[in-house]
Amino acid sequence: MNPTKHAIGLGLRRGWTEFLLSLRSPQDQGFYLFTAVGTLLFLWFNRDNELEGTGLMYPTYALPSILGALLAFGVVIGPAFALAMEREDGTLLRHKALPYGMQGYVTGQLTYHSLALLPSLLTVLIPSFLLFDGLMHGGAAGWLTVAWVVVLGLLATLPLGMILGSVVPSTQKVGTWGMLPIMVLTAISGIFFPITLMWGWVQAVAQVFPTYWIGLGLRSAFLPDSAVTLELGDSWRTGMTVLVLAAWAVFGALVTPRILRRMARRQSGSQVQAAREATLQWVR
Amino acid sequence: MSPDLDRKAGSEPAIRVRGLQMTYGEQAVLTGVDLDVRVGEVVCLLGPNGAGKTTTIEILEGFRLPSAGEVRVLGEDPARAGEAWRARVGVVLQSWRDHARWTPRRLLAQLGDYFTPWSTPEHPRPYEVDMLLETVGLTEHADRKIGTLSGGQRRRLDVAVGIIGRPELLFLDEPTAGFDPQARRDFHELVHRLSDLEGTSILLTTHDLAEAEKLADRILILSGGRIVADGSADELTRQVAGTAEVRWACGADRFVHPTDDVVPFVRRLFEEHGDELTDLEVRRASLEDTYLAMVQRTESRATEPGLQEVAR
Repeated sequence: MNPTKHAIGLGLRRGWTEFLLSLRSPQDQGFYLFTAVGTLLFLWFNRDNELEGTGLMYPTYALPSILGALLAFGVVIGPAFALAMEREDGTLLRHKALPYGMQGYVTGQLTYHSLALLPSLLTVLIPSFLLFDGLMHGGAAGWLTVAWVVVLGLLATLPLGMILGSVVPSTQKVGTWGMLPIMVLTAISGIFFPITLMWGWVQAVAQVFPTYWIGLGLRSAFLPDSAVTLELGDSWRTGMTVLVLAAWAVFGALVTPRILRRMARRQSGSQVQAAREATLQWVR
Repeated sequence: MSPDLDRKAGSEPAIRVRGLQMTYGEQAVLTGVDLDVRVGEVVCLLGPNGAGKTTTIEILEGFRLPSAGEVRVLGEDPARAGEAWRARVGVVLQSWRDHARWTPRRLLAQLGDYFTPWSTPEHPRPYEVDMLLETVGLTEHADRKIGTLSGGQRRRLDVAVGIIGRPELLFLDEPTAGFDPQARRDFHELVHRLSDLEGTSILLTTHDLAEAEKLADRILILSGGRIVADGSADELTRQVAGTAEVRWACGADRFVHPTDDVVPFVRRLFEEHGDELTDLEVRRASLEDTYLAMVQRTESRATEPGLQEVAR
């Protein structure tokens, strides 16, 4: 029996178990519900707005972009929080004490957060199709594009969440180090309004990060060809989308294992103990 | 002879440490620790808070790199040992809120499975989950969410997770902190069973001296960054002067006298007082007295050079 493969198999099972437990947890159900209702209300109040000169209704434009933002947000913040928390509560240390436990643990995390994307996207996508008309213009080819953009977007962003969770000093810091930058990034990445309305340097910054490209890829799947006039250079830039997201994925694949190893090396019982005492001490 | 038996019969101890040092920045926590744990032995590490017990154990577990010194655990350097070595070592962790949504049964099955590739006919791993649950007394809570378990139940689960791989060497850092007396007694029985039936070598730390006396074949006292005493509870008690205290009464007067030679002293008492002696009590020094005396001795020694430096 190859112990590495065995551990990865256990990690897959761990991710699946965590996913099922999360679906049954009122806390996580509440989170999915909150996100979905918030998004749908936002789209609903803007349902009669037309993007000038395109004949496109706002929900049609914004839904694919918002799905992209939900993906990028969830897949970075989810693992970042989980990792930071499980470093503190001893989950990680438990795995460090097992043969090939870290391999199993990381596999479990990747599995769980990939699966957790499904409820977060579907709870927005399915009601949207019931509430609004003319969302998908790409037909079967469009859905195929959705599939590869989601997979590539996942590969590009999930490692960033793992890196963030490894380097933040404590769970409370995920807010400042993670949530805040990502919200700013979402605001400038053409999610809620076309990026062409932004200043040039802001556009340049946004195009470095995956959020913009995931949104663009999903818009290219959902929107009619006429909507391309809202994009930079009047093009969907599919080749560039693949290139940028793939570059982030390669970066993640190369850097994340190193960061995780460094983080795991530093794990010890006294660190868990210190975190436990820190949570009891709110005022510092 | 199988390698397993070979190891037991061989001369190499389960743990061998020479000149272990650990420095955090300017502060030296361990200044030269030497210790051995023989195969199958239960050794208890005692010491005041901040003496470096946890640091020592974490170095031996391979969770922390020492500043200097030679460390061999099951024949390997824990800092460089591979995953096969991990499979032979058990660590009981003091976790606190992890896996709250899991049940003990599910968690033990998931974590135990990591040891399956290291199972051999002579040494099957991991333990069967139901048996282990029974052993630590969690059978009736096996399918409850871990988040709803009491503190004591959680600690028993921690112990179960630590031993699920049937380790040859087990580390326990303050295993019974927060146990009620019944849970403590159950835990002691569990340690005896592991040591007697399985031949597991065990190194544990505790603040409970009665526990150390009950469990350990040998006690080590860590103070001032070194091991200052090494021996069975009896041996340690005998090392400290004034091992017994004699109390007696003559009529209405009561007396107390510490002595090393109880029998001659009591004989003299009888010779001097005869029938006037109305009460007599001989009290051996407890491990607690010994422990406090030894720690005090090293601590006062440790502060002397510091005072000289200030005076200079």
